[in-house]
Amino acid sequence: MSTPPNPTPEEKAQLPAPRDIHGEPTGEPVEVRHGMFGASGSGDTSGYGKLVRTVAFPGAAARPYGGPRGTAAGEGEFDLVADELSGALAEAGIEFDEAVEKVVVDRGELTFHVRRESLPRIALTLRNDPALRFELCTGVSGTHYPQETGRELHAVYHLRSITHNRAVRLEVSVPDADPHLPSLVSVYPALDWHERETYDFFGLVFDGHPALTRILMPDDWPGHPQRKDYPLGGVPVEYKGAQIPPPDQRRSYN
Amino acid sequence: MSDQTTTPPSAAHARETTEGRVYTVTGSDWDEVVQAAADADERIVVNMGPQHPSTHGVLRLILEIDGESVTEARCGIGYLHTGIEKNLEFRNWTQGVTFVTRMDYLMPLHNETAYCLAVEKLLGITDDIPERAQVIRVLLMELNRISSHMVCLATGGMEIGALTVMTFGFRDRELILDVFEMITGLRMNHAYIRPGGLAQDLPPGAVDKVRELVNILPGRIREYELLLNDNAIFKGRTQGIGYLDLAGCMALGLTGPVLRSTGLPHDLRKTQPYCGYENYEFDVATADSCDSWGRYLIRIEEMKQSLRIVEQCLDRLAPGPVMVGDKKIAWPAQLALGADGLGNSPVHIANIMGTSMESLIHHFKLVTEGFRVPPGQVYSAIESPRGELGVHAVSDGGTRPYRVHFRDPSFNNLQAMAAMCEGGQVADVIVAVAGLDPVMGGVDR
Repeated sequence: MSTPPNPTPEEKAQLPAPRDIHGEPTGEPVEVRHGMFGASGSGDTSGYGKLVRTVAFPGAAARPYGGPRGTAAGEGEFDLVADELSGALAEAGIEFDEAVEKVVVDRGELTFHVRRESLPRIALTLRNDPALRFELCTGVSGTHYPQETGRELHAVYHLRSITHNRAVRLEVSVPDADPHLPSLVSVYPALDWHERETYDFFGLVFDGHPALTRILMPDDWPGHPQRKDYPLGGVPVEYKGAQIPPPDQRRSYN
Repeated sequence: MSDQTTTPPSAAHARETTEGRVYTVTGSDWDEVVQAAADADERIVVNMGPQHPSTHGVLRLILEIDGESVTEARCGIGYLHTGIEKNLEFRNWTQGVTFVTRMDYLMPLHNETAYCLAVEKLLGITDDIPERAQVIRVLLMELNRISSHMVCLATGGMEIGALTVMTFGFRDRELILDVFEMITGLRMNHAYIRPGGLAQDLPPGAVDKVRELVNILPGRIREYELLLNDNAIFKGRTQGIGYLDLAGCMALGLTGPVLRSTGLPHDLRKTQPYCGYENYEFDVATADSCDSWGRYLIRIEEMKQSLRIVEQCLDRLAPGPVMVGDKKIAWPAQLALGADGLGNSPVHIANIMGTSMESLIHHFKLVTEGFRVPPGQVYSAIESPRGELGVHAVSDGGTRPYRVHFRDPSFNNLQAMAAMCEGGQVADVIVAVAGLDPVMGGVDR
């Protein structure tokens, strides 16, 4: 299967602006997909092979961010959290825009895209600052975007504040060539196993973790199974004389 | 040499020295034993599990013991890993339900609901889910909470020798599973709750059967209380065991009955309501003993509260659709019971095969290809019987999930095993783990 090369930044700028389901312009294009059925080189003569679809994730949000318990001016709790975080970081001598790449508000959820160097400082601030108090971290999940050159691997943390009844998400992206990011076990001990799981499945190396070993896969397992380039495996099955291919080789609709 | 070959090494032999005749006793390794005891750095590491009746499936506990007390405890997990999260990325969004229901097999309906809420949030149709579907979801989830707590009590009781609790628990759980079987077709692994609503409506007679169950269960729960509440042995085994206070729970991210046993009434059904939980009257059970005894009391109380919610669901159940109105998302098949079993309804078949070509295309496209979900990510969390069950779902705009991660409460809570067990007795490890109520299907996924 030959995948067309991913667009360069110049080419990206020329792409048609991605639109959401209502036809409104949205998001940041990260990838372009061609064809309809996932597999190419199959002698598809239907014409669907010429379809082009831009994959765009929600882009950076502009003030006001909104959120629950909002005011008439459109400001809500998300603005409050961002302001408090910004203020607390300023007290510690850190510029908010330096530490946070972008703020995304999507589907009623607030996400801070954080630079990896700033992650422990931000997590500590979110946990300790009385106005923020995100005392519960409900784990880290990895995501692999092989098309996003230089930021292939993402670590996604979900924090919950019981005191203020809020939730926030932190997202950190690191390149595949250097998959290191600081461990947050010293801030949230609950992340011990979650970071081991993310290391196990994505190969994200959490520097400073007390014992970063595989947790669900066997110790001598090769590779990191949840990466997109890791095959699912499986064998074709014969059913009433026909060969049914394994799930990862079946037609998909990209 | 001839002396050694004729006398066994354990026998004493004599030799002449300037001090006279000296006997050397070599009959045992007694000196080594004494020396080892004096050094006291001997470590006895015991593997409890992965095949052990009191480790809830295939949990492996690695205990370093000194006599009867545990000096260090660690968990070995992963024996039940089946790669469900990876598999989900190769099926469409609706098929995912069939996988996730198998994760934590004691709370299949919670897994399904958490997943469907995430997909619905991604689709932006959270507010469009019909009222009847929401009520049935809540009803099934609360029944599932009772059945899950019953297994917790049953296995926890069995592990400390209270076999009657086990027979009672599994006996009563079967009543609930009968109701599940009637409504969904299966005792477990239902795949009944689907993105957009439910697979089908309640069958005729289901409401009466649930009402009958609601009348029976309070008496059965009373039986557990009569059996255990003033039981000196049960109290002696659970009180003060598996102690973890609020600070420990917050640091280790514990939720559910373990967190509530410290007195903090944190329950997502109250703080972040979903499926219309804000419309039901129920209390959050708490205890302040921070131990396995408190967790037992909470589970009993939660069963009663769940019954309260189920009764309110039955009163609230009004006729209506059980699937979202958007035909681009709603599953097109209409099931009906025919002479040859359950299948597509004859009316629907007549429509797509005989009347409407567009309906046929539509049916075919939705079933084979599935619906598309706009790109983005969400986190949806529900209060499962074991704590916060979170789903992190990412879509790239396709017909399959790009990534689904389950934050399973058992996985997180099991981290507290060491904090609860170190310094205690080996026998108390079992009680502490039973109080955490881990289900390995959820831990390993």
